[in-house]
Amino acid sequence: MDLRLSTARESAAEREAVDALLGAEDREASNNPGRDLLLPALLAVQSRAGWVSEGALNYICRRLDVAPADAYGVAGFYRMLSLTPRPPAMAYVCEDLVCRLKGSEDLCLELERRLGPPTQPHRPGNSPWQRSACLGQCDRAPAVLVTRAGVDPEQLSMLETNPSQVLTAVEGRSLSPPPGTDRKIPQLDQKALRLLRRVGRVDPSSLSDYCKHGGYRALPHALHLGPEGVLREVATSGLLGRGGAAFPTARKWEAVANAKAKTHYLVCNADESEPGTFKDRVLLEEDPFALVEAMAVSAFATGCEHGYVYIRGEYPLAAERLAIAVAQARANGFLGARILGSEFAFDLEIRQGAGAYICNSLEGYRGEPRTKPPFPVISGLFRKPTVINNVETLANIPDIVLEGGKAFASLGTKDSTGTRLFCLSGCVRRPGLYEVPLGTTLGALLDMAGSVPEGRTLLAVLLGGAAGSFVGPEDLALPLSFEGTRAAGTSLGSGAVMVFDDTVNPKELMLRLAAFFREESCGQCVPCRVGTVRQEEVLQRILRGEKGSRKQEDLALLSEISQAMRDASICGLGQTAASAIQSGLARFGDLPAEGKR
Amino acid sequence: MKPATPSSMIEITLDTIRREVPHQFTLLQACRSAGIEVPTLCFLDGMTPASACRICMVEVEGSRVLVPACSRQVERGMVVRTDSERVRLARRMVMEFLASSVDLSLAPGAQEYVNRYGARPERYGSKDLPAPATVAQPVKVDNDLYVRDLSRCILCYRCVDACGEEAQNTFAISVAGRGFDARIATEFDRPLPDSACVFCGNCIGVCPTGALIFKSEHEMRRDGSWDESRQTQTDTICPYCGVGCALTLHVQDNRIVKATSPQDHTVTGGHLCIKGRFGWQFVQAPEK
Ligand SMILES: Cc1cc2nc3c(=O)[nH]c(=O)nc-3n(C[C@H](O)[C@H](O)[C@H](O)COP(=O)(O)O)c2cc1C
Ligand code: SF4
Ligand code: SF4
Ligand code: SF4
Repeated sequence: MDLRLSTARESAAEREAVDALLGAEDREASNNPGRDLLLPALLAVQSRAGWVSEGALNYICRRLDVAPADAYGVAGFYRMLSLTPRPPAMAYVCEDLVCRLKGSEDLCLELERRLGPPTQPHRPGNSPWQRSACLGQCDRAPAVLVTRAGVDPEQLSMLETNPSQVLTAVEGRSLSPPPGTDRKIPQLDQKALRLLRRVGRVDPSSLSDYCKHGGYRALPHALHLGPEGVLREVATSGLLGRGGAAFPTARKWEAVANAKAKTHYLVCNADESEPGTFKDRVLLEEDPFALVEAMAVSAFATGCEHGYVYIRGEYPLAAERLAIAVAQARANGFLGARILGSEFAFDLEIRQGAGAYICNSLEGYRGEPRTKPPFPVISGLFRKPTVINNVETLANIPDIVLEGGKAFASLGTKDSTGTRLFCLSGCVRRPGLYEVPLGTTLGALLDMAGSVPEGRTLLAVLLGGAAGSFVGPEDLALPLSFEGTRAAGTSLGSGAVMVFDDTVNPKELMLRLAAFFREESCGQCVPCRVGTVRQEEVLQRILRGEKGSRKQEDLALLSEISQAMRDASICGLGQTAASAIQSGLARFGDLPAEGKR
Repeated sequence: MKPATPSSMIEITLDTIRREVPHQFTLLQACRSAGIEVPTLCFLDGMTPASACRICMVEVEGSRVLVPACSRQVERGMVVRTDSERVRLARRMVMEFLASSVDLSLAPGAQEYVNRYGARPERYGSKDLPAPATVAQPVKVDNDLYVRDLSRCILCYRCVDACGEEAQNTFAISVAGRGFDARIATEFDRPLPDSACVFCGNCIGVCPTGALIFKSEHEMRRDGSWDESRQTQTDTICPYCGVGCALTLHVQDNRIVKATSPQDHTVTGGHLCIKGRFGWQFVQAPEK
């Protein structure tokens, strides 16, 4: 392409950051590195310089042969990239539902007092902190992610934190190493654990320790069974996707396995960003080899030569540990050519996200979801047949291969087989990640987590995250299975279980939910781009308590907005943007006007 | 497109009537061939559908959500309703969302849909309600040929696609920002003359709302002298080179006021270059 670039030039540091990723520039070379490296290149500059200057953007455009307006549109899509100067250290303070209950607003007030008002994403500003949506650390709220740009960029998740820790982090010269990871999972009956069996017990950076704890037994067995054998077991297992849509994994796999087009891709969706969800992070941080093994098995079954793990940018520890696992697996013949001496070749790459949709993001475009059909199994990554699975879905694969699909199907209920990870947070005594057979009742799950604190009563539970819906104290007998929740008009979604007691003001929850969807809308389609803004405006109007007929009119209007977003939006974000709010309005009825937090 | 052979016809049900349609048709093509009108805003014949405006949604039996007629291909046995309660609600809301956030006064097509579907944008704020958020912003005037009045932009993606892979291959403009802040922009919001723009005006040609508009037209509208009833259109062939682009000159009071090219023209597909689009400005000295 004939690029027309402005005269702005990259600095030496910016060039170095890009070259470290792409290799030094060779002006004689006839072809450029792929456009799919656009987001990694932008992230490289961001973490080196703290922002992406016009000169840096120009250099990336020249290297990748991408028009600058196009690259500018991509960069401006992602929250963790800045196109205006920023201080080297930035604190991203979670302001989502659970952190809010645990004092994040007080934290923000104090930061505002000490550092000034927060920087707004994609607006000029040099305040070293900004507000953020859920960081996936809800069991250790309030949470803050601190990034420090430089030659050795650092990222640190600060948990159960306070203003002075955050101030020290953004004002200090470097970030102190993560506090001793105390990742003991709260579940008492450890014998029942499958997906979590190694969590807290295995050294997550040691391949040999993984093997000592039962690792790398499934892959050789899969090679022995052959692709059809693995597919058969997965079909028998009845495994449904754990990313939210509950789609049968075997159906996806068969479609890709049978697809004639050459080159199949396997994508692991580790872009966990549903508020209240942190299960994939725990799996990645504490048992990363299990995912690497699971992906090799999945790739073998579906004929994929190449895999990607798209991991959200807010999970530095998970990305670091997964990178170690991939490198060790590769060095020991578990990834690469001729895996375990067989003909099977497969390798995988880790791509860090910056907050958005995976397929387009992996290809270096704005993370705008595509209209389906075509489905990814026919035309996904690079228009090739692509398996996209969630981390937890894939984590089930090794056991299915080893024990057989039948054994797996004997767990859980008839239509919801296996176990499920639930992320408990909010007003429970032992927040954390729990694994239970599907079909376990909500009451039993809450009891495991110690239920609400002494002297309080349960107000409501938000099941499935922002895209889910509220259930209440009368629903404790609800079986947590796909069919059980569907029959009750709700869903398991991502496995988020956010618990609220009578000290919580539901008004605040609803307003935050509305703000979340407005902020997360990609802007591509009218029902969601404008609908999420209108939903928030009308909700504010209602909650401000204007009297009489207007409230009834506004409730009717909200319900029409909700229906239009659900029916006419392109993707699940817009389609579910009103779900929790509508269920909350029905449940909380006349909302208390004030008091409570 | 080849005429469909009978063997490639499939049967679908459109608003309770069974019809045979070529299997490669989209639902929109099927509806049009059956004389059923489906509204469209972002769709433009000859360009890949963006499916972004969501006004063309129809109900397909068995689908959890409505589907965009512009891009969904017909399938054997599909049962489609183009005028159900759900469909009308979605279309009405899309028009309420647009009319309450965007200036549609130069988009007669969109205005017609506002009326047809009974959209009431005033529900989102009027004299005694807080004003709803809009995309209102100052007009960008940074060159002599065309202006960008993005308060009128419905983000249909047509201009981006016409400037990019669908026609011009220049990629001077793109969608920047996201959510309600998404907007058409050059890199770092530079003025057009400093960008990659070659002033082919193809983006103006496809813009359905007057957000991208000839400077001459913008100015005449501003001073009230723009009057389409006094305009005549003359079809000619662009004289500048040998390609043979069809050119339609819009003339008011013996002056050329803009140039377009027919969307269905085999050479141009509606697209021109700077000479055809703006050359008339140089042959007729600007009015002083
Ligand atoms: C708005 C939206 C957000 C999503 N977020 C996630 C996510 O954070 N993690 C995930 O695995 N899947 C997410 N999904 C679902 C994915 O699109 C996809 O269905 C899933 O990764 C498929 O894997 P599974 O079949 O193993 O569940 C999301 C879908 C939508 C529409
Ligand atoms: S529903 Fe929302 S997030 Fe999804 S494509 Fe439309 S605007 Fe983007
Ligand atoms: S005038 Fe042509 S080159 Fe310039 S932005 Fe419009 S389509 Fe692109
Ligand atoms: S400027 Fe015009 S063509 Fe471009 S997106 Fe907006 S409305 Fe569509």
